[in-house]
Amino acid sequence: MNSTTSHELAAEPIDPTELVEERLVLWYFLAAIVSISISLLGGLLMSMQLIHWNPHDGVEYLSPGRWRMIHTNAIAYGFIANSFLGALHWAIPRLTLKKVLCRRLSYFIFAAWQVVVLSTVAGILMGHAQGVEWGETPVWIDPLAQVGLFLVAINFLTPIIRAKGPLYVSLWYFMAAFVWTFLTYAMGNFMPQYYVSGTSAGAITGLFIHDLVGLFVTPLAWGLMYYFVPILLQKPIWSHGLSLVGFWGLAFFYPLNGIHHFLLSPIPMFLQYSAIVATVAVEFVVLTVIINFFGTLWGSSRALVTNIPLRWFYTGMVCYFLTCLQCSMQVTISFQKVIHFSDWVVGHAHLVMFGVFGLWFFGMMTYLFPRLLRHPWYSRNLCEWHYWLTAVGIFVMASDLILAGLFQGYYWVSLQPWDASVNGSQPFWIVRFVAGVAIISGQICFFVNLWKTWRLARASDVESLLPNTTYGPAWTAE
Amino acid sequence: MFENKSGILLIAGLGFFLFSFVSNALVPILMYRHLPEQTVEQLVTQNVLYQFEDLKIRYPEQFKTYVGEATAENCAKLLKRGRDVYVAEGCWHCHSQFVRPVSNESRRWGPVSQTIEYQNELQRPVMFGTRRVGPDLSREGGRRGNDWHAVHFYDPPTVSPDSPMPKYRWFFDGAPNKPNERGLAVILYVQWLGSWLESYPLYENYLPIQESMSNPTE
Ligand code: HEC
Ligand code: HEM
Repeated sequence: MNSTTSHELAAEPIDPTELVEERLVLWYFLAAIVSISISLLGGLLMSMQLIHWNPHDGVEYLSPGRWRMIHTNAIAYGFIANSFLGALHWAIPRLTLKKVLCRRLSYFIFAAWQVVVLSTVAGILMGHAQGVEWGETPVWIDPLAQVGLFLVAINFLTPIIRAKGPLYVSLWYFMAAFVWTFLTYAMGNFMPQYYVSGTSAGAITGLFIHDLVGLFVTPLAWGLMYYFVPILLQKPIWSHGLSLVGFWGLAFFYPLNGIHHFLLSPIPMFLQYSAIVATVAVEFVVLTVIINFFGTLWGSSRALVTNIPLRWFYTGMVCYFLTCLQCSMQVTISFQKVIHFSDWVVGHAHLVMFGVFGLWFFGMMTYLFPRLLRHPWYSRNLCEWHYWLTAVGIFVMASDLILAGLFQGYYWVSLQPWDASVNGSQPFWIVRFVAGVAIISGQICFFVNLWKTWRLARASDVESLLPNTTYGPAWTAE
Repeated sequence: MFENKSGILLIAGLGFFLFSFVSNALVPILMYRHLPEQTVEQLVTQNVLYQFEDLKIRYPEQFKTYVGEATAENCAKLLKRGRDVYVAEGCWHCHSQFVRPVSNESRRWGPVSQTIEYQNELQRPVMFGTRRVGPDLSREGGRRGNDWHAVHFYDPPTVSPDSPMPKYRWFFDGAPNKPNERGLAVILYVQWLGSWLESYPLYENYLPIQESMSNPTE
C-alpha cells in the first residue's frame, strides 16, 4: 500500500477491533441481504408479467408497476446504501485510526435508515410513490431520509477531518461523496416536486438519476476498491498520479452528464450536446481508473483463481469497462434514435448496478463475513457457486437485454404495429427470466452458506481460529 | 489543493456540484421562465370536459358516487387524481410521454413534443418516462373511447391480444362497466394527454354524446 496508510503512520500498533463497531457492520450487511431479497422478488415478478406468467395478475398489492419501483428503490436505498454503510464502518476507522463521531449516533442511524427503507417499500406498495425515477420514496419520507444523510455525513466526516497526515485516495472519494449524496438527494426529491415543472424539471430529474449513480454509488464504491484491492493483493496501487486523474476527472465531468438521460427531448439542444461531450470525457476518466487497477493486478493475476473476493472485484471492474464502453456508444444521437426507451437501457442499468456494484458488495461480504463472525466460510464450494451463478447470470441477462433493445428499436423505427415489438421481445424476456432465476439461485447458495457459517461460529468458541487483525491473503482459514 | 481536505470538500464536493447545477438545471429554468406554469384548472379545456361528460353518461351511477356533479372544478380534481394514480401505479415506467423528432415517431404518434406542453402542474414531477414497454401516451387522448379504456384497464388482452400490460382490477367495482374513482380518474387523465393540441383526434367532429348515441350511424 501507499506509504500513507494506517499501519505505518501509527506510532504503536492499534487494535482495529477497538475502532470498529463490528456488530454494526454485520447488521448493515444483513439488512442489505434482506433488501436485495425483496428487490429480486420484485424484479422477478415484473419479468414474469412481461412473459404472461404472472400468476397473480390483477391483485393490487402485487401490481407489477408498483413492484418494479420497489425493485429499484430497494436496490438503491436498501441493498446499496446498507452495504456501503456497513463497509464504511469497517474501512473509515481503519483508514483514519479514529472512531466515527459517536457510537450511539451510529446505532440511531442504522435504525432510522431501516425505517426509511421499510417505509419506502410500504409507501410504494400502498400507492404513494413519487414521480421521480429512483426517487420514488414517498414525499413524506424524503425529509427523514435527508436528515439521515446529514447524520451519516457528519458521523463519517468527523474521523476523516480529525485524521492526521496526507489522505489516502479512498478518503478523497468518501469525503466528496458525503457532500454530493446529500445535495443530490435534496435536489432530486424536492425541486421537481415543489419548485419547477416541465422541461426544466426533466433536466433536474436527469441530473438526479445520474448523480445518484455517479456521485453517490460510484465514488463510495471506487473508494472501497482503493481500500480493499491493495489489502487483498498486499501491494500498493500502481500509480498515484492516475488515482488523482481518476478522482478529479470524475468530480468534474460526472455531474455534467445528467441531461444525457433525456436526449432528443424538449430540453435545449446545446445542453444535450454538452452532456454528450461530458459523457465521452467520463469514458476516458474511467479508463484511467481501470488501467490503474489492472496495473496493480499485473504480476499477481493468479490470485484471481484462489482469492474469491478479489475475483468478485475484478469481474466487477470488467463489467465496469463494458458498461462504459456501451455508454460511449449509446450516448451518441445515432444510437439514441434506435435504443432509447428500449431494453438496451435496462441491460445497461443491470450491468452497472448489479454487474459492477452488486458484485463488489458480494466480494466485500465474502471477505468480511468470516472476519465478522470469526469463522471461515462453511463451504468454499458454495462460495464458488455463488460467484459463478451470479456472474454468468448477469452476463447473460445484460447481453440478452442489450440485444433485445436493438430489436425493439428497429421494430419501432420501421412503423410496425406496436404488438410486433412486444411479441418480438418474448424470447428475450424469457431468457432474462431464466437469467434472473440463475442470479437468485446464486444468492440462495450465499444465504445457505452464511447461515451454516453462522451456526458453526455460534457452536464453536473459536476466537483464536481467525484473529481479526490478520490481513493475510488467505480469505478463509484453510 | 488536489489532495487536501478543504480542496476536496470545497472544490470537488461543493464547487463542481454547484457548477453542474447552475449549468444544467438553472439554465433551462431561466430559459423557460417566460412560460408560466398552468394550473390544473386552466388545463380543463373543452376537449377534456367532453370526455368528462362522456364518462358521466356512460357510467352514471359510478360517476355520481365517486365524482358528483359534472362541473369544471370536479373535472380538475379528477384529472389531478388521475395523475396521482398514473404515478402511483408506475405507468410511467412502461409508457413515455414525449414524441421525439427522430425514428418516425411523429408519424406514429403525432406532433413532436415541445417545451410549452410540459409547463403545467400535472407535469410536476415531469412524466417523460424512461421506458416504452407500451406505446408513448402523450397523444393518446381522443384516440380511443372511454369504454375501450375501461375494458382495457380491466383486462388488456380482451381488446389487445397478447398485451403484457397488467390488469388493473382495483380500478373497478368488480366489472369493466363499473369504474371506481381511480378508474374514472385514470381514464380522464389518459384522455387529457394531447387534449391541448390542434390535432386532438376528435376535435372537429364532436357531437354531443346523447345525439351520437341516438344516431350511431352518423
Ligand atoms: C408492464 C408494462 C405496462 C404497464 C405497467 C402499463 N402499461 Fe399500458 N400498455 C402496455 C403495453 C405493452 C401496451 C400495448 C398493448 C396494449 O394495448 O395493451 C399498453 C397499452 C396502453 C394503452 C393503449 C394505447 C393505445 O392506444 O394503443 C393505454 C392507454 C395504456 N397502456 C395506459 C396505461 C396506464 C394508464 C397504466 C397505469 C395504470 C399502464 N398503461 C401501465 C404496457 C404497460
Ligand atoms: C433476479 C434478478 C433480476 C430481475 C429478474 C430483474 C428484472 C427487472 C425488470 C423486469 C426491470 C424493469 C425493466 C423494464 O422496465 O422494462 C428491472 C429494472 C431495473 N433493475 Fe432489475 N432485475 C433483477 C436484478 C437486479 C439487480 C440485482 C439490480 C441492481 C443491483 C437491478 C437493477 C435494476 C435497475 C437499476 C432497473 C431500472 C432500469 C431502467 O429503468 O432503465 N436489477 N429489473
